[in-house]
Amino acid sequence: MSGAERIAAAFSDRHGRAALMPYLMGGFPDIKTSLGIGNAYVDGGADLIELGVPLSDPLADGPVIQSAGSAALAAGATLDLVLGVARELSSCLPIILMCYSNAILARGTDRFVDELADAGVSGLIVPDLPLEEAPATSTSCAAAGVAFVGLAAPTSTDQRLAAIGAATQGFLYTVAVAGTTGERGDDSDYGEVIGRVRSHTSAPVALGFGISTPEQASAAAGAGADGVIIGSRLVREAAEADQPSAACKALVEQFAQALR
Amino acid sequence: MSEPKLDHRFGPYGGQYVPETLMPALAELEAAWLSARVDDDFQAELGRLLRDYAGRPTPLYLAERLSAAAGRTIYLKREDLIHTGAHTIHNALGQALLAVRMGKPRIIAETGAGQHGVASATACALLDLECVVYMGVEDIRRQAPNVQRMELLGATVVAVEAGARTLKEAVSEAIRDWVTNVADSHYIIGSAVGPAPYPAIVRDLQRCIGDEARAQILEREGRLPQRVIACVGGGSNAIGAFTVFVGDEDVELIGVEAAGEGIESGRHGAPLTAGGRPGVLHGSLSALLQDDEGQIAEAHSISAGLDYPGSGPEHAWLRDSGRATYVAVTDDEALAAFERTAQLEGIIPALEPAHAIHYALHVPSNSDLDLICLSGRGDKDLAEVLKLLGR
Ligand SMILES: Cc1ncc(COP(=O)(O)O)c(C=O)c1O
Repeated sequence: MSGAERIAAAFSDRHGRAALMPYLMGGFPDIKTSLGIGNAYVDGGADLIELGVPLSDPLADGPVIQSAGSAALAAGATLDLVLGVARELSSCLPIILMCYSNAILARGTDRFVDELADAGVSGLIVPDLPLEEAPATSTSCAAAGVAFVGLAAPTSTDQRLAAIGAATQGFLYTVAVAGTTGERGDDSDYGEVIGRVRSHTSAPVALGFGISTPEQASAAAGAGADGVIIGSRLVREAAEADQPSAACKALVEQFAQALR
Repeated sequence: MSEPKLDHRFGPYGGQYVPETLMPALAELEAAWLSARVDDDFQAELGRLLRDYAGRPTPLYLAERLSAAAGRTIYLKREDLIHTGAHTIHNALGQALLAVRMGKPRIIAETGAGQHGVASATACALLDLECVVYMGVEDIRRQAPNVQRMELLGATVVAVEAGARTLKEAVSEAIRDWVTNVADSHYIIGSAVGPAPYPAIVRDLQRCIGDEARAQILEREGRLPQRVIACVGGGSNAIGAFTVFVGDEDVELIGVEAAGEGIESGRHGAPLTAGGRPGVLHGSLSALLQDDEGQIAEAHSISAGLDYPGSGPEHAWLRDSGRATYVAVTDDEALAAFERTAQLEGIIPALEPAHAIHYALHVPSNSDLDLICLSGRGDKDLAEVLKLLGR
């Protein structure tokens, strides 16, 4: 089964419920614990996992994910170690790797994508690789059976949304608000961005950035999202809790409950 | 997507490696610049500000005592004499006027040496725009007078605590602000770096340095210089000095980076000189200090304006295509040139162009006519230099 097929199955087996996709910072606070947290996501009811590769200068990330990334690097995280986490978790759930473009270039695009496929990764999201810069990476992904997942933003023009929506594989990662990752208290009007994006793609629409409470997750699902991505809230839990795995499992259960 | 009309790539370098959220804003910026560039009213207004407000054209000065010391004729392009004290004012005025034209009332800028922050704060005061400047905590310490200036001019200076707390982190935070506030904000990037179309816009706004200097030296000497020498942080004063000369094949173009504690020490800011694999930082592909995993290394330089692990993409291409040469000068050498220039010429240069002056003074060459871009004055550096010299 290709990555795109595996992702499609994860979205379609849901009887109308939105899929839950928690974000895991690979190697935070250390590699072993991050694997434990990933397993806790599985046990807590996640449907897919977004696995982040830490980078020194993550332009699309707010303070929580930035500092988790720096801590992961300080604790010795490398791409190979994070792919080791992917390998373990991919036997349970589809893994979508979130990685900045410089890490891909550093390894060499074809080799990078082959190693992803080898680790069982189903999809790749690159937050600093817009459509115009994506051809080499998406071609490699297509050859290796890894879904190259596009990103849509509230600022995207209709013309761009049409091109992004047609090119995306697996699902369309829809950024809920203009901004970086980070918890947001306001109850944004998710309906508008989801509605705009949906009219431009046949892929499932997953909403992320700023969704930090079970109520917001349920509002996103209610507004029509096929999937909900929870990032900074869970990473903060991993940073603050005495027992990160147990605490993250409990939190993922709450989000899963909210989507039932 | 529409066909780009400004340069997006310089050879393989450049591009737009940014979140999708910013792509429409980059397209809007490109369209705005393409129209402003050929709009007589806009150009007249910018020209008036550069002349009457900032003080262009700047003099080209025959530095006789430096020439005697070097054994060849040296001209200094006196960007230190312009309003706010460095070349950065051209870019800030031009882009602030463009922000007004685009209807964006809020300006975001980053700064290392503080010169771009001061220039942006100045342009915003003049044009009644809100101004937020990101600056690393280490740079706030070593360029304190410029922080006071920015605040006096009404800007908000935001201290950046991340990483090495210098220019790289300040640019990252400025871009994050822009991603969040892109609807009403324009980001004035301070050098010839960043995603397209910034490197092309910054080059357009800085090329007045070389355009003027070429005409001035022809008038004075009746010939072109053999070498044009400029310091390179992100590369804006250097691209401004080089651009008009690129077609003059006999003119050697030399960019001087910061060797910091020495290239071999690994503590430097010289990605173009040190070589290595190209990479993506702050939205474009260029020469970069990084490790095997693509983690960006911390740069090091005594001068905050050169303390940057990246480089402008056009410089990477000028290097690869062989049109320009990049070299590096250490902290100690730059300090010595700083003092020497003060004592021989009565000019206190900024630490950044002191790197270029050291190169011209001490590295042997067959040239008999050098043009050095004296990109800014050294008031901002005095306290730090006197401390380092133990006075
Ligand atoms: C006087 C001066 N020269 C040079 C630079 C380096 O920047 P660039 O390489 O963009 O000219 C700076 C940066 O702030 C500066 O203040």
